[in-house]
Amino acid sequence: MAIFVDEETEVLVQGLTGGQGRFHGVRNRDYGTKVVGGVTPGKGGQDVEGIPIFDTMHEAVQRTGATASFVSVPPKAATAAILEAAAAGISLIVCITEGIPAHDEARCYNRLVEEYPGTRLLGPNCPGVISPGRCNIGITSGDIALPGGPVGIVSRSGTLTYQALHELSAKGVGQTTCVGIGGDPVPGTNFIDCLEAFEADDETLAVMLIGEIGGSEEERAAGFIREHMTKPVVAYVAGVTAPPGRKMGHAGAIISGSKGTAQAKMDALADAGVTVARNPTEAGERMVDIVRAL
Amino acid sequence: MDLFEYQGKQYFSRFGIPVSPGGVAETVDEAVAAADAAGYPCVVKAQVKVGGRGKAGGIKLAATSEEAREHAAAILGMDIKGHTVRRVWVEHASEIAKEYYASFTLDRPNKVHLGMLSAEGGVEIEVVAETSPDAIARLSIDPVRGLDLETARRWVAEASLDPAAREQTAEILCDLYRCYVEGDCDLAEVNPLILTTEGKVHALDAKVTLDDNASFRHPEWDEYAATETEDPREKMAKERGLTYIGLDGTVGIIANGAGLAMSTLDVVNQAGGSAANFLDIGGGANADVMAAALEVINADAKVQSIFVNIFGGITKVDEVAQGILDALGRVDIKAPIVLRLDGTNAAAGRALLAPHLSDRLVAETTMLDAAARAVALAGS
Repeated sequence: MAIFVDEETEVLVQGLTGGQGRFHGVRNRDYGTKVVGGVTPGKGGQDVEGIPIFDTMHEAVQRTGATASFVSVPPKAATAAILEAAAAGISLIVCITEGIPAHDEARCYNRLVEEYPGTRLLGPNCPGVISPGRCNIGITSGDIALPGGPVGIVSRSGTLTYQALHELSAKGVGQTTCVGIGGDPVPGTNFIDCLEAFEADDETLAVMLIGEIGGSEEERAAGFIREHMTKPVVAYVAGVTAPPGRKMGHAGAIISGSKGTAQAKMDALADAGVTVARNPTEAGERMVDIVRAL
Repeated sequence: MDLFEYQGKQYFSRFGIPVSPGGVAETVDEAVAAADAAGYPCVVKAQVKVGGRGKAGGIKLAATSEEAREHAAAILGMDIKGHTVRRVWVEHASEIAKEYYASFTLDRPNKVHLGMLSAEGGVEIEVVAETSPDAIARLSIDPVRGLDLETARRWVAEASLDPAAREQTAEILCDLYRCYVEGDCDLAEVNPLILTTEGKVHALDAKVTLDDNASFRHPEWDEYAATETEDPREKMAKERGLTYIGLDGTVGIIANGAGLAMSTLDVVNQAGGSAANFLDIGGGANADVMAAALEVINADAKVQSIFVNIFGGITKVDEVAQGILDALGRVDIKAPIVLRLDGTNAAAGRALLAPHLSDRLVAETTMLDAAARAVALAGS
């Protein structure tokens, strides 16, 4: 098993005819993901390297039966694309778009919760999800992931997710699923959603959590781990040296007053029994030790 | 982007939120003219993006033109917690009967908007939250439904505002919420919101943080960009469209992705060094972006070594490598560069750079080795 996506998942790419959508959509298909169509208004009937394009999500879902979508459209149009996918019956929406206004995200998230409770949004501003050897939706380079488990990864940062995959794969430790939840202030899926899914997944035996400054998701995750996780967790939190009051690249990565510091997050995680590492390499090493001792 | 008080008040005015009449001044003469126009008594207020102005002597009352001149001369150029005062805001002094607090921001854990209203304004809300948490009336607002006047009326009653202030405040709260949402604010805060002795409610201060992601639909924000930062490095980076934050160390940092960039700062620190900056070249950065990043770092006189830490995802490592070569061809890069390149098209990128490696352009295979090398080069 894996979480959220597996070899059966059929995917539509919203924005497949754009530069980013084409590069990553085709790369996902070449990895083995069942990319069954693309959607770009006004371009229905065309194809991108053999992948058929539809005008609307409704039509694409009707014709292909896809249950997942990969949103790669610009910030102005991204929340409309997400809501169109939900209205068409998609159950997993992966949105990689960076730069969506926070108020648009907040409205979109709450509309999803109220009108489409069966739909999971991953992101926005996330690298996507990969179940190595089975399915890759998003921008992660598939060759840095190693199939076979037993580690599940959940991360707020794209490039740190790659770093984590790289550290584990280099040491021969595989992954079940690697989920990037994204660095924006209103993520559709949070740490706890992923931890819960990993805890329930038979193949996942340990979890790596990668957080960063800002908000309180890591502290909430620590509470969940303390109460509900039986599987070992290794964590790394980026931004120990970040100055307060500045947005560190990600819209959500900001220390507000004394709130949201990396140290407070690391302390909360350590108190919950999590192995807390000082950098991504150390996190990889600790995880390898844990997996070898299983 | 944080606004100065005067910019925040101008922003509030657009949404119908009442503020005191006044003017902004960069010189003593301008300040006196603004004071004469506002009428006496007036208040001369330092414009800095940091709290505690009053205690630092940055807010003064003037009864006459001479006093306005004296205060403006003292305040302009003053240093408040490391911020130099370049402008003052001069407004007619208000007769304060009561001070309240009102704000809207995002409640991140609950993914809704949070309104905070208190009859105990004029002090930092964090202090009120600690000393008398019951004095803050919190309102969760569904971003889809928004805030209506009926709800605002119940809210001002719940916050125990003076009866004379309630109806005006309820209306102001609806306008402030509209400013927060339509104005794309991360934070819209009024502290204090005052009731005057004449029974009028208006905003005596303005703290506004705008959501940079929404700038595409706010061309009027361009005017704030000119005053956003005083750091010449940050100005230069902004002109080139880079996400850059100036710091005090000696190792210049270029990374792709906010998380990796933050992590790069951390590992440089753990290796015994200190970062000169945070610089995220972002997803999908190409050769031009990489070259611009190197130029910005190169302009920082404190930089002794440059650590380029790239893990390609959307960003393609061969394009980053090409950007480094372009920059080396265009600019005389003063500090040695340490490279760590992995991810999408990494092999092609490393191959491009291989013929150019030297003691000024060093490649390391891991992030920690590269950090140690960059720190060592910065120290020698």
